[in-house]
Amino acid sequence: MTIRVAMTVNGTEYARDVEPRLLLIHFIRDELGLTGSHWGCDTSNCGSCVVWLDAKPVKSCTLLAAMADGHAVRTVEGLERDGELDPVQQGFIECHGLQCGFCTPGMMMTARWLLDHHPDPDEAQIREAISGQICRCTGYENIVRSIRWAAEHPRNTP
Amino acid sequence: MVAHCPGRPNDAYMQVPAHVEYERATSVEHALSLLSRPETRVVAGGHSLIPMMKLRLAQPELLVDINGLAELAFVAKDGDQLRIGALARHADLLESAVAAECFPIFRDAERMVADPIVRLWGTVGGSLCQADPSEDLSAAFAAARAMAVIKTPDGQRTVPVREFHLGPYETVIGRGELLVEVRVPVRPGTGSAYQKVSRRVGDWSVAAAGAVLAINDGVMQEAGIGLTAVGAEHFVAAEAEEFLRGRAPDEESFSEAAKLAAEHCHPVADQRGPEDFKRHLVAELTARALRRAAARVSP
Repeated sequence: MTIRVAMTVNGTEYARDVEPRLLLIHFIRDELGLTGSHWGCDTSNCGSCVVWLDAKPVKSCTLLAAMADGHAVRTVEGLERDGELDPVQQGFIECHGLQCGFCTPGMMMTARWLLDHHPDPDEAQIREAISGQICRCTGYENIVRSIRWAAEHPRNTP
Repeated sequence: MVAHCPGRPNDAYMQVPAHVEYERATSVEHALSLLSRPETRVVAGGHSLIPMMKLRLAQPELLVDINGLAELAFVAKDGDQLRIGALARHADLLESAVAAECFPIFRDAERMVADPIVRLWGTVGGSLCQADPSEDLSAAFAAARAMAVIKTPDGQRTVPVREFHLGPYETVIGRGELLVEVRVPVRPGTGSAYQKVSRRVGDWSVAAAGAVLAINDGVMQEAGIGLTAVGAEHFVAAEAEEFLRGRAPDEESFSEAAKLAAEHCHPVADQRGPEDFKRHLVAELTARALRRAAARVSP
């Protein structure tokens, strides 16, 4: 049995007939082919799968695609604008905020949300914001620096 | 337990829930009628239910999504009650100034529920209805003597949170019923606090204790003590509460109450620690919560 699920992802409308049990992360990756969002622990612990649902980050392995029907999703592919990287993405480049890169898309989606609400976060606020996400390479130091870099280099245009 | 993942090599497997139907509730009445069907579960945040469905620990036939019921998403003070809608997110309760003013115990507890992303989605009602013995709000609401408001096909009923849980993962909510709200009585001269020890950010409690004290004329008129993850009946330290009632809020009373709380709970040894360690935590955290609650009583 399938149901019709329609949602806007990074500004583009998509509709698919899917099983109600399909998880949002698999809808994004396997149905839409947007493989920037990573499917990690499958238990809502690691945060690799974080995307935005409407204006809030969510662990997309713990949400049914059906629950996002009619809503707007933003993934890591939707961070750049007009070919220009988001300051968060640039920060991860400048500060070497990734090694294997698996946690990176989720980290960046959470970082963008943090900076939209707290444009000048201190280290403690950054660490708190990403505390539901796991990185096994960096020891978090460079991720924190990357997000600070983004805070110090906001995009010029609104 | 695992399903083949379409579009992937044959050796790639993933956890998926079993087949399930999905409906969106458009009103509380609509939700109640959908919930009249057997093997139906409410989904809101889904952060406990969906992982359980992946593991086949839960296998509902129908999910009723109540995320659209905005009328259940509120935290507000109404006369002498703090009212919290079942669909209020953990982040809403954490950030509520009015809740923090009358019951800082909830802010204390919410700061340590899961992680910031999960708190944006997980709901207060979902936490209570999941009835996990390690869940923090159950003990906090029990300490505050909160009431659960349940819509039924015939109207509604109100159940003390202290009678809401029948056991692990089991509540008094019946078929065709929906928890819609939690009401916490606000008394003058009240102070409250919650103290938790967990192994790392986002983890369940090893043990936790919440205290709500109503102090008048230098005497504890009422004391509520909630315990998390240590097998306390109804999440409550009843003997310690009984002991405190009518006494002065001093160190001697608090340490005796802490001892009683540790004696009368039933922790089980698991990967989070042995039984004696958990009893030690209960005593220490109860004493700390009582001290902090007393210090927070506004004159």
